[in-house]
Amino acid sequence: MNSTKTKSFEVLTKDLACKIDTIINNFGSNSTRLVGILLDIQDIIPKQYIPREVATYVSEKMNIPLSKVYDVISFYGALCDIPRADYVIQLCDSVVCKVTGNSFLQDTITTLLGIKENESTSDGKYWIESTPCFGACDISPAMRINGKVYGHLTTSESVKAVLDKYNEGSVMV
Amino acid sequence: MTKTVSFITENFDKYDPNSIDSYLNINGFTAVRKAITTLSSGEIINIAKSATIKGRGGAAYDTGRKWGQAAAVQGDNKVVICNADEGEPCTFKDRSILSKDPFRLIEGMIIAGYTVGAQNGYIYLREEYRHLKSLIKNAIKETMEKGFLGKNILGTNFSFHIHLHSGAGAYVCGEGSTLIESIEGKSGRPRIKPPYIKECGLFQLPTLVNNVETLAAVTAFIQNGTDDYIKYGTKLSPGTKIISLAGNVNKPGTYEIPFGITLREIIYDIGGGVVDNNKLKLCQLGGASGTIGSDSILDTPYTYEDLEKVGLIVGSGGILVVDDRTRVIDFVKSIQDFFIHESCGKCTPCREGNRQIAKIIDRFVQGTSGVNDLDTAERFANIMKNCSFCGLGETAQNVLLSAIKIFPDEFKRLEAVGK
Repeated sequence: MNSTKTKSFEVLTKDLACKIDTIINNFGSNSTRLVGILLDIQDIIPKQYIPREVATYVSEKMNIPLSKVYDVISFYGALCDIPRADYVIQLCDSVVCKVTGNSFLQDTITTLLGIKENESTSDGKYWIESTPCFGACDISPAMRINGKVYGHLTTSESVKAVLDKYNEGSVMV
Repeated sequence: MTKTVSFITENFDKYDPNSIDSYLNINGFTAVRKAITTLSSGEIINIAKSATIKGRGGAAYDTGRKWGQAAAVQGDNKVVICNADEGEPCTFKDRSILSKDPFRLIEGMIIAGYTVGAQNGYIYLREEYRHLKSLIKNAIKETMEKGFLGKNILGTNFSFHIHLHSGAGAYVCGEGSTLIESIEGKSGRPRIKPPYIKECGLFQLPTLVNNVETLAAVTAFIQNGTDDYIKYGTKLSPGTKIISLAGNVNKPGTYEIPFGITLREIIYDIGGGVVDNNKLKLCQLGGASGTIGSDSILDTPYTYEDLEKVGLIVGSGGILVVDDRTRVIDFVKSIQDFFIHESCGKCTPCREGNRQIAKIIDRFVQGTSGVNDLDTAERFANIMKNCSFCGLGETAQNVLLSAIKIFPDEFKRLEAVGK
């Protein structure tokens, strides 16, 4: 948790609070649905993370201790408490992608974007992180961009072709 | 001649998974209709027993027996969970079932609910498969609209509902009690047993947890009978298995195979051989928690009993082929990094054992290992295997232990470098 980083953003606008209320209500305000609620909330927050003020809001709204909310956020790999980017690029670093040559994919994408793992581009558009197996071993080496899977990324042309779709804005997520 | 078969996967690409009408056109829901209007709970359990199908998530527990125990537990309110948290690296066969035949899975859950006396079913779908969420949601909705889910299904006293829950990226949630913690909205850490989840599971209710493939298979048994299934395979491993073949192989993918064909047939005939005609270095069966074998096991038949003889497992059905461009130690390191990331941290043997073993493996990779490092790693690995709280810690060192046994020279050579 990085409170200094998240506080300065002041993301919890009235509009966002309203949307969060809708998500919580869709799950029947049920504390057993906390994991799903946080995932859905993260999806609608710019830079794809759960800011501290949002975690606090959820905790008060649902009457769950803040420590429990953070137990869930910090435990699960799909939930993040620091701002990422518009597009989160997840590179699979599982053993299958490793033996089929994912180091080439890692090198190519970090060179093309000029950032390292767990960094975002200066315009806030892309973020790179590595992730355990997401079950695309049949098309490895693979990556996900905002959850969408791309595979067979063994040449720089194939990697560029995927990124171009996002640069041109032809993919709307 | 093709060596693959189609029994559990017979519906793949035969209908539009977005449409129940399309599924009904290929005799969809005849299994549910047959089960709840003509069969008793005991008869269904006997059908599962006659197929001698073992749990397909990896633990290989006899399904008929599991259902029998679940049905015998007292309680008016029970739960069926479909474990779709397919997290083992090199395993994606459940993804194929979920995306190509979601209705067969739903039928399996309804039949399971009817058999054990449950009113609610939960599908726990891993976050990584979120792209399948709308497909499954739609399948549940359409099944409800056609009256195969909901109150008094087909005019009987049996009522059943299915709920879809999403995981959030945690391998350990594939373990039954951990998955239950996650569905209850908590972080995923395993529960102590007893009480067993069959008696006290989700929301303290008697709970039956089955893998996607197991549930789909039961639907096929009810619909087609088990004769066409047990004609495949061997005496001790009858039937078929859906495998996920990947790695340095020409035709990676999901295949349904009869038990009893050899690993050579799987890798070379079905999988088209190793890429660029490279030499096969090793293969790993059953995902990251499975053991590895060298090319000497290629002629071993793929059955529970034959694989066990050479120290391998069927597990989740993952078959990872690795050619000689990868060093054994780098392979072991990759698996070790995975388990460090995925250990939940609840118990000391797994949390600390993984960390300490990783340090030693890193020394081997860098060529700076000391004289006792291999013995120490092996000792720690055995402690983890015997003392960890759940299956994750118990199996995390299968790779290291089998690698030391099968490729002792690779470690000895690296050990010498550090001296």
